[in-house]
This record gives sequence, structure tokens and C-alpha cells, in this order.
Amino acid sequence: MKDTTNLGGDQAVIEAKGLNLVFQTADGPVHALKDVNLTVNRGEFVSFIGPSGCGKTTFLRAIAALETPTGGTLTVNGMTPDAARQARAYGYVFQAAGLYPWRTIAGNIKLPLEIMGFSRDEQDSRVARVLDLVELAGFGKKYPWQLSGGMQQRASIARALAFDADILLMDEPFGALDEIVRDRLNEEVLKLWARTGKTIGFVTHSIPEAVYLSTKIVVMSPRPGRITDVIDSPLPKERPLDIRDSRAFIEIAHRVREGLRAGHSDE
Amino acid sequence: MSWIAGTVVIWLAAWALNVRVAATGWARTGAGRLFVPLLFGATILVVWEGLVRGLGVAPVILPAPSAIAAKVATSLPVLWVDFAQTFLKGALPGFVIGCGAAVLTAIAIDRSPFLQRGLLPVGNFVAALPIVGLAPILVMWFGFDWQSKAAVVVVMVFFPVLVNMVAGLQASERMQRDLMATWGASYWQALVKLRLPAAMPFLFNGLKIASTLALIGAIVAEFFGSPVYGMGFRISTEVGRLGLDMVWAEIAVAALAGSAFYGLIALIERWVTFWHPSQRH
Repeated sequence: MKDTTNLGGDQAVIEAKGLNLVFQTADGPVHALKDVNLTVNRGEFVSFIGPSGCGKTTFLRAIAALETPTGGTLTVNGMTPDAARQARAYGYVFQAAGLYPWRTIAGNIKLPLEIMGFSRDEQDSRVARVLDLVELAGFGKKYPWQLSGGMQQRASIARALAFDADILLMDEPFGALDEIVRDRLNEEVLKLWARTGKTIGFVTHSIPEAVYLSTKIVVMSPRPGRITDVIDSPLPKERPLDIRDSRAFIEIAHRVREGLRAGHSDE
Repeated sequence: MSWIAGTVVIWLAAWALNVRVAATGWARTGAGRLFVPLLFGATILVVWEGLVRGLGVAPVILPAPSAIAAKVATSLPVLWVDFAQTFLKGALPGFVIGCGAAVLTAIAIDRSPFLQRGLLPVGNFVAALPIVGLAPILVMWFGFDWQSKAAVVVVMVFFPVLVNMVAGLQASERMQRDLMATWGASYWQALVKLRLPAAMPFLFNGLKIASTLALIGAIVAEFFGSPVYGMGFRISTEVGRLGLDMVWAEIAVAALAGSAFYGLIALIERWVTFWHPSQRH
């Protein structure tokens, strides 16, 4: 796809080597990430799955330079995470939409574009394009509180897509939504990924969601937060919803479940 | 006796009418929402008038509303000069300077933890000073005219606005601030596009408190030295001459001006913070 034409194959976009991150809390140090090694190549869809406290969100935040590792190396596009952040290398979608209530939906999507200094015409055309992409055309003039939770989350995805970064980081973006809405948005994310060829990092605690979406599934376990298994998915890129009933899908889901259980057994 | 009987009848009639109106759907329309409180206010004035006349209350204790209205009508030029001196020259500039300084100080405090530890206690200390002690000192420093009154107002409005604004600048959610970081926004971009808008509901709380304090400060400060006009000057001298109708006339002007000032700020608040849950309709 896009990745092979642009940049020639398996180029590492995110690389972690011996990554450690220790939080100093009132109850003593907490080892959120311990000796994490991972390479994410251009155009991959990587899911991070594990129970709460396994460091999956911390790892994603470290990639985004929202947390600072205490040991090891982490590079994004060959730069430090902070340099990558300054270079606007990624869009980040949080658990909640986090739209600014004093701005319309279009105004919210425009916000990163204003900050990055796009011209006015460019802002308007990009807003129109990403609103179309997340199927919110016609809702640009609404305020966030006038939309449903699912629509708000789609608007926040549009906002992360508007400035067209190569990497999209999503931290349980559909965790607060019901399963029907979640299924639909999962399909849309897959379509979006196929259309844009972006590298996506996706945190979830749902096994079907991880297996359905990913080309690579990273299974993590807590105390200390670490990677217990990395599964390369053999599923085809084209994935209708009923692929979840196929034998290959169930086998991968089984392996993820085993990985999660193994992580727990050594406590 | 007929005055009292008439008053009671009108009071009961107005009461019954208001209960009826409030029970209908019309009370929730625009005109109805204005009518109910207006009728209530008018009833109070009528009862006041009737009781003062019926019981023969001395004007020095409590003048009738009609007497106050007559005094207002005959002393309009004096009331205007007093109003201009106290409100337009004293309270208003003091309010603008004090609130502006408080907002700028809040931004500085928010930027620097050092200032937060240093300036907030100083602001707290100044706010704790009694105005009756501070006003004479400021009159000595800035003279008898409006400048010293504005200075008193600055001191009075500064702290409530400062405290509210400091809280407001911390009101944005962590996720909203993280988003700014992921876009590589500078401090000033994050301030203008996120933290100032998020602080507006807090700022307007402070401004509304400050609006009433400003008028009180400007009036009280005139008790400690002023030119021979101004609302505070008039009140203190007319009390000495037992001209209580004039005192009440000044109070009426102060009440009107204070309410209008507060209402104006509340209106701007509605326009600026339309997005806040407390303002959505």
C-alpha cells in the first residue's frame, strides 16, 4: 500500500529498547514499564492489550512524550518522542473525546490546524475532508454537547486526523461506548486505516477488538508492566465483521487469552 | 386607620393575583417572568407607603416611597453630579484597573510557582485589611478627589478576582492540556486557546462579586475625605442634617446603579460562557 511506495517496506516507526518507566508515588516506586522491547513498522496496526495496570496506556503516553521513561531508549520516526511531538508526528485520541465545549465541532477540528499555522483555506478544506471521513458532514456547526457520545468520539478522531500525521495513537477510544456503536466504529477505523496507510497504536482491553483490528497484538501484564507475547496476525487486510466467527480469528483470540492468563499466573 | 386597612387589602389582593399568575403557563413566558417580580416589588412599595402614612412614622425614621420619589425628582442635577463622581469616576475606573491587574497577576502566579507562594499570601493580607483603616490612608496618598476612591476600589476588587482567576486557570482538564501538548502548542497558544476560555466561568464569578464591592468601596471611601459632592459625601452630610429623604434618594440611585452594573456583567457572562452547563438553555 502507501507504505511500500513511499518509504520502502518495513521501516521502523516506533522502536523501544529496554524501556523502563518508574513512577515515584507516595506508596513508593511503581514499576509501570519494565524492559519493554518492541518495534512497530510503518503501516502496521498494533494493539496493546492487558489488564489495568499493565502499562499499556503508559507505553502509549511515553511514545507521545506525555510520560518520560526512566531508562532504555525509545525513538519515534528515528527521533526522541519529544522531538517527534514538536514535529507533530502523531495524532492522539484519548479515552474521552475531550472536545472544547466553547468551540463547534468544526472549530474543535480546526484547533490543531490553527496551532500548527495552516492557512485559513487549508483549514476549511481539511475540516470538510475529515468530517466526511468520519461521517459527520453537516454536524460541523453543532456544539459538542449537542452530539451523542459516539459522535463526539468520531469528532475527536477527525481532529486527530486533520493534520495528517503518519502515526495515530488511540487510547481505548471506544471504551466508554456501547458494543453496537463500538462495532461500527471499529469497522470505520479499519476502513480509515486501509485508506490512509497510517501506523496505528491502539490500546484496548477487549480481546475481540484487538484481534479484529490488528496486524500485531502486544499482550502485556501488570506488576511490573511488561510485554508477555507479541502476536503477528495472519488475518487478511480486508476484514468484514463476520471474520470474527472464522477459525483463524478464534485461534488468535485463544492465544491472546493464554498470554493474558500466563501474565497473571506468576503473581 | 383607612390607610392601614387599604394597605392590607391591596397586599392580600396582590398576593392572590401573584399566586394565580405564577400557577399559569404565562408566568413562564418572557413577559410573565418579568411581571411576577415586578408585581412583588410594587406590592412592597405600596405596603411601605401605606404603613408609613397609616402609622404616622416620622420621616427621619423611614420616609414614604412617595417622599423619596419626590426628592429624587427635585434633586436630579445633584444626584447626577454625585453619581458621576462616585460611580463613573471612582467605582468604574477602580473596577477596571483592579480586575485587570488581578487577571494579569493570576496569569503570572499561574506561570510561576514562586509567585504563587509569594503573591497569593500578600493578596490575602491586603484583602484582610479593614476598609475603614485603609481608606483614610489612601485619601492621604491620592488626595480628596476620585483618584483615592478608585484606589480603594482597586484594593477591594483585586483579591476576589485574583482568587477566582487563579482557580479558573487550573480548571481545564488534564486531557485537554495533554491534547495541546500532543499538538506541540506553545505556552501562549495553550493559554489563549484553552486555559483562558476554560477560566471564564470562574472569572465572571469574581467579576460579579467585585461589581458590588466596587460601589460599596467608592461610597464608603468618601466618608474619609472628598470634594463637596459624591454619593458617600452626600449620605454622610445629609445624615448629619437629618435630611433622611436625600439619604434614601442616594440609596435608591446606588441600588439602581449597582443592580444595573451587576446585570450588565451577568449579561456579558451569558454571552461569553454560553457553553458552560450553568448557562445552556
